[in-house]
Amino acid sequence: MIQVKNITYQIGKKELIKELSFDVKSGELLAVLGANGAGKSTLMKLLCREISPNYGDIMLGGQYLKKYSLPELARRRAVLSQQNTISISFIVNELVMMGRYPHFEHQPGPKDYEIVRQVMEETGITHLSARDYNTLSGGEQQRVQLSRVLAQIYDCPDACLFLDEPTNGLDLLYQQQVMELARRLADRGYCVICILHDINFASRFADKILMLKNGRSVALGTPLEVINCENIHETFNINVKLMACEGYNCPLVIPATIQT
Amino acid sequence: MLLILLLVVVVISSCVGAVAITVPEFLSIIANKTGISQTMGFKPQQAAVLMNIRLPRVVLGVLIGAGLGISGAAIQGLFRNPLAEPGLIGISAGATLCAVLVIVLEVGFFTKLGGVIGFYAISLAAFTGACVTTFIVYRMSTRHGKTEITTLLLSGIAINSLALGFVGLLTYMATNEQLPVITFWSLGSLGGASWETVSGLLPFIMIPVVILPFLAKSLNALTLGDAQAFHMGINVVNMKRIIIVLATMAVGASVAVAGVIGFIGLIIPHILRMTFTADNRLVVPGSAILGAALLTAADMVARTIVAPAELPIGILTALIGTPVFMYIIVTERNKNKL
Repeated sequence: MIQVKNITYQIGKKELIKELSFDVKSGELLAVLGANGAGKSTLMKLLCREISPNYGDIMLGGQYLKKYSLPELARRRAVLSQQNTISISFIVNELVMMGRYPHFEHQPGPKDYEIVRQVMEETGITHLSARDYNTLSGGEQQRVQLSRVLAQIYDCPDACLFLDEPTNGLDLLYQQQVMELARRLADRGYCVICILHDINFASRFADKILMLKNGRSVALGTPLEVINCENIHETFNINVKLMACEGYNCPLVIPATIQT
Repeated sequence: MLLILLLVVVVISSCVGAVAITVPEFLSIIANKTGISQTMGFKPQQAAVLMNIRLPRVVLGVLIGAGLGISGAAIQGLFRNPLAEPGLIGISAGATLCAVLVIVLEVGFFTKLGGVIGFYAISLAAFTGACVTTFIVYRMSTRHGKTEITTLLLSGIAINSLALGFVGLLTYMATNEQLPVITFWSLGSLGGASWETVSGLLPFIMIPVVILPFLAKSLNALTLGDAQAFHMGINVVNMKRIIIVLATMAVGASVAVAGVIGFIGLIIPHILRMTFTADNRLVVPGSAILGAALLTAADMVARTIVAPAELPIGILTALIGTPVFMYIIVTERNKNKL
C-alpha cells in the first residue's frame, strides 16, 4: 500500500531523514517509535506530502505520491496532526462534517450525514455533537478531531490513516479506546501509520514497529523481533528490563535503574 | 430572512430625507421608471430626488456595506482570528495615506492632470494605496510560499502606524482649505454618491461578493490550520492568494469611494457567528447582506440626524458599533461561563 524507497530529506546540510525504506500493506498497523527530534514528525510530513523528499520515492497504492492531485490525495489518506487549536468556535457536528469536504461540492448529501453520525458513534462523541468545540476538554477535542479525520476516509476502504501521537492528552481509558479503534480500522483493511511514545502500546497494537534515531532506521519488524533491550537503548538511550507477560506474545518493557 | 431585512431597509432609507416620499409613492416611481405601470402617483420633484440623489446613495451604501462585510468575513476566516479586520492588516491605512497624499499635493501635481483623472484622483489613489499595502504586507509575511499569519498581523500593525504617521505629517503640512477635506474623507462618508461612482464601484464589489461564497468551504477548512486544510485536499497557497486579492479588491474600492468606515467588517461576521453558526457557508454570504443592510441604515441616520447638515458615517458606525460590540462580547462571555 505504502512503499517508502530510500528517502532522504535534508534542510541545508542537516539530514532529518536519511536513507529510509519500509513498506506497509493494507490491513497493517505500523507504529513509529523514537526519541524527540528523531525525525518522526518529519517522516509523517513526508508521507502526507506536506514536504517532498530530496532523494528517493514514496508510492501510495502503486502510484507515485507526487502524481496525485490534492483532492484525489485527500480521498486516499487522512491525517491527524498534533496541533489542533481553533480560534473561531465551531459546533462539533460542523467540525466533523468538515472531514467530508473532499467528498461533496457545496452541500453535504444524506450519505455524508450518515457517515458523520456513524463516526461519532464509533469514537463515542455523539453526546457532544451540539457542543461548541472550544468549550470541550483537551481529550474531547482530540476525539472530535479524530472523528473528523476518520470521516474523511470512512467510505474509502483502500485509504491510509496517519496518526501523529493520537493518544496525547487522553486519559488511560481513551488512550486504550483510540488504539483499539486504530487496530479495528487496520483489521478493516486500512493502512494505519501511527507515531507513538508508549512502547508497550506499540507492541500491543501494532503489526510492525519502526524505530527511528537521527532520521535513520534502528530497527524494523514485528514487535517480537524488534523489542529488545539493545534496540531500545540504541533508540532512546535508556536502560530497560523486559518482562514476559501471560497472554501476550511480546514482553513488557519497564524502566530499569535510573542512569547516573 | 436577511434579504427581506435588506429590502425593507433599502425602501425605508430611500423614502426618508429632506423631500419626504411615502412607500406607495416609492413603489409608484419605481414601477413607472421600469415601465411596469403608466400611472403617476407622485410629484416629478420626488421622482427626481429619488432617482438622482437618494437611490444612487442607497445603492452605494448597499454595495459598500456588502463589500466591507464580506471582506471582513473572508479575512477573519483567512487569519483564523475573529478579531482580524481590513483595517488591522493595513489595507485601509494604506488607502488613507495615498488619498491624503493626493489631497495635499493636489495643487502642485494633480490639477495639471485635470479632467476625468483629476475628478477621480482621490479614489484612484486610495485604491492604489490599498493594493500596494496589501502587496507589501503579503510579501513581508510570505516565505517559501507560506503565509505566516502572525507575521502578517505584525506587518499590518507596522504598516498601519507608518501610514498613520505619514498621514499625521501630511495633515500638519496641509493648508487650511485642505484640512476639512482630509478630515471628512478619513471619517468616511457616502456623500459623493452618483450613478457614476456606483457603476465604477460595482465590478469591484460584485466580483468578490459572487466568488467568495464559493470559497466558504475552503475558508472553513483553513480555520482548522494550514496543514489540516492541506490534508483535506486544499491548495492552501493559492487559496490564500485568491482570498487576499478578492478581499482587498472590495475594501480598496470601498475606501476609495467612501473613505474609512470602520467596524462593519469586524462586527457583522461576529453577529452572524454568535446568532447562527460559525459555518462560513452562512457567514460569508450573510455578511454581505447584513453589512449592506446595516450600512444603508447607518447612512440614513447619518444624513438625517443633524439635517440639513450631515454626520460622517465613520463616526456613526464607531459610536453605535462599539457599544453593540462590547455588549456582544460581554453576553458571549457570560454564556460561556454556564
